[in-house]
Amino acid sequence: MKTLAIDTSTYTLSIGLADGDVILAEQVTNVKKNHSIRVMPAIQTLMNEADIKPEDLEKIIVTNGPGSYTGVRIGVTIAKTLAWTLNIPLAAVSGLASLAASAPVADKLVCPVFDARRGRIFTGLYRLSNGAVQPVLEDRNVSVAEWCTELLLQKEPVLFVGQESKIHEKIIAEQMGEQAVFAGRAVPYTRPAALLALGAAVESNPTEVVPNYARLAEAEAKWIEANEKKAAGRE
Amino acid sequence: MEKNTYVFGIETSCDETAAAIVKNGTEIVANVVSSQIESHKRFGGVVPEIASRHHVEQIIAVLNETLEQAGLTFKAMDAIAVTKGPGLVGALLIGVNAAKAIAFAHNLPLIGVHHIAGHIYANRLVKEMAFPLLSLVVSGGHTELVYMKEHGSFEVIGETRDDAAGEAYDKVARTLNLPYPGGPHIDRLAAQGEDTYKLPRVRLEEGSYDFSFSGLKSAVINTVHNAEQRGEEIVPENLAASFQASVVDVLTEKTIRAAKEYGVKQVLLSGGVAANKGLRTSLENAFADFKSIELVIPPLFLCTDNAAMIAAAGTILFEQGKRDGMDMNGHPGLDIEAF
Ligand SMILES: [Zn+2]
Repeated sequence: MKTLAIDTSTYTLSIGLADGDVILAEQVTNVKKNHSIRVMPAIQTLMNEADIKPEDLEKIIVTNGPGSYTGVRIGVTIAKTLAWTLNIPLAAVSGLASLAASAPVADKLVCPVFDARRGRIFTGLYRLSNGAVQPVLEDRNVSVAEWCTELLLQKEPVLFVGQESKIHEKIIAEQMGEQAVFAGRAVPYTRPAALLALGAAVESNPTEVVPNYARLAEAEAKWIEANEKKAAGRE
Repeated sequence: MEKNTYVFGIETSCDETAAAIVKNGTEIVANVVSSQIESHKRFGGVVPEIASRHHVEQIIAVLNETLEQAGLTFKAMDAIAVTKGPGLVGALLIGVNAAKAIAFAHNLPLIGVHHIAGHIYANRLVKEMAFPLLSLVVSGGHTELVYMKEHGSFEVIGETRDDAAGEAYDKVARTLNLPYPGGPHIDRLAAQGEDTYKLPRVRLEEGSYDFSFSGLKSAVINTVHNAEQRGEEIVPENLAASFQASVVDVLTEKTIRAAKEYGVKQVLLSGGVAANKGLRTSLENAFADFKSIELVIPPLFLCTDNAAMIAAAGTILFEQGKRDGMDMNGHPGLDIEAF
């Protein structure tokens, strides 16, 4: 099965091509440049290199967040439009799960981290065993301090992965002590091969796949807050 | 036998997710618009982040319905046209990336279209264009007089220096406590009232085709404020009528003057505010005396944002050999003269 995988949920652009279990090509660019300009040309180039035509594709895999709102939307839009128009299956998977799956470890708790600014992170907790990634605590947008408190309850070492965990390394180390282990440069971003493996068993409906922002739009959050205040005032 | 040209159009620049198929640049084969307006009403205006979220949720259903309506596949298409600007960047990017994916999957030419060029070309779905022509484009984001000497050539001879006409309508509607979007409510109220408040007509310097509506908007706000301070009741119908009369007078006068000076054969009314009855009537009356100039006002569904207009404009660009690459981006401030 010829599969194309796309991850644009952070500023890293990861694209991979596989034929069944065989990885044909991977491309990662870790530069802060515009995804909208770069994703389609990158897909085009990689497919040319691997000598795969659009009509040869049999499956598309995409990360649908959380992460950069615009980045996630670009990846999801391209992936679901391709899957729909080529009439092939689509798999939407968590960008955090695919980052966790990029860690070269067995039987360990892995915590993928994307920075969400102002002391907050997009994160989740996964267990990696025998090359499979299992969710332990679901993806969320949380303050680093609150998250560490929850991780401490696991009473097991946690491996932090993703280049943006560096931003929060000091505070995590302070709170978790030896229970926190940092992968550092070994696992900076999602490897396309890990995403290809993760998406192999997943099937999603192109019409229904939407980004998981793990956060309300600011205007919506304010609107809900105002309405709750109004409702409280009435009581 | 001449081959027919089918262009698939996509439009996501603001709060409508739209797709359409147009044949030979003049005939609508399918036209689907999914409006988000109900979602934005609670915020009193379009929230960009929410708009982008809705576009990504709706896009496949809209694309799919368009093909189903036409009973065609992408194999029958000659090109994919998409709005590349101006508009909300996060909203534009959904249409642009969907268009790129389709163009790539089916090896079709990709054509980026200027949103205002689209509004102007909506007229071609009603009536063949006769050059030179002048288009008055009035919408929530635009108030422009565009001169076209031929297909694909756009010269902006006048534009707003501050608020767009549609923006002024929304702000005045808020002052009168009318729900969003305010335009249709003011138009309806105005029809029941009279121009009693004598608001200013801002014509700017002699000979200018530019517009300015912020002074008029302030005059409305001051009128309401002063009445409140004196304990007087405002007659909303009359204030709406006075505001609308000022906007319509200025738009009509500048359009007529430009049409004569540029010796155009046609005047096209474009953009969402073209739905305004007051403006339609005023232009119809004014042009009734100039039999040599044809006034074209498209039906309502072609005035508001849609993708048929993008496919129509895209057809001309396609025929002129204009193409965009897979690196096409969304351009929130795209210039119509340079695109
Ligand atoms: Zn418009």
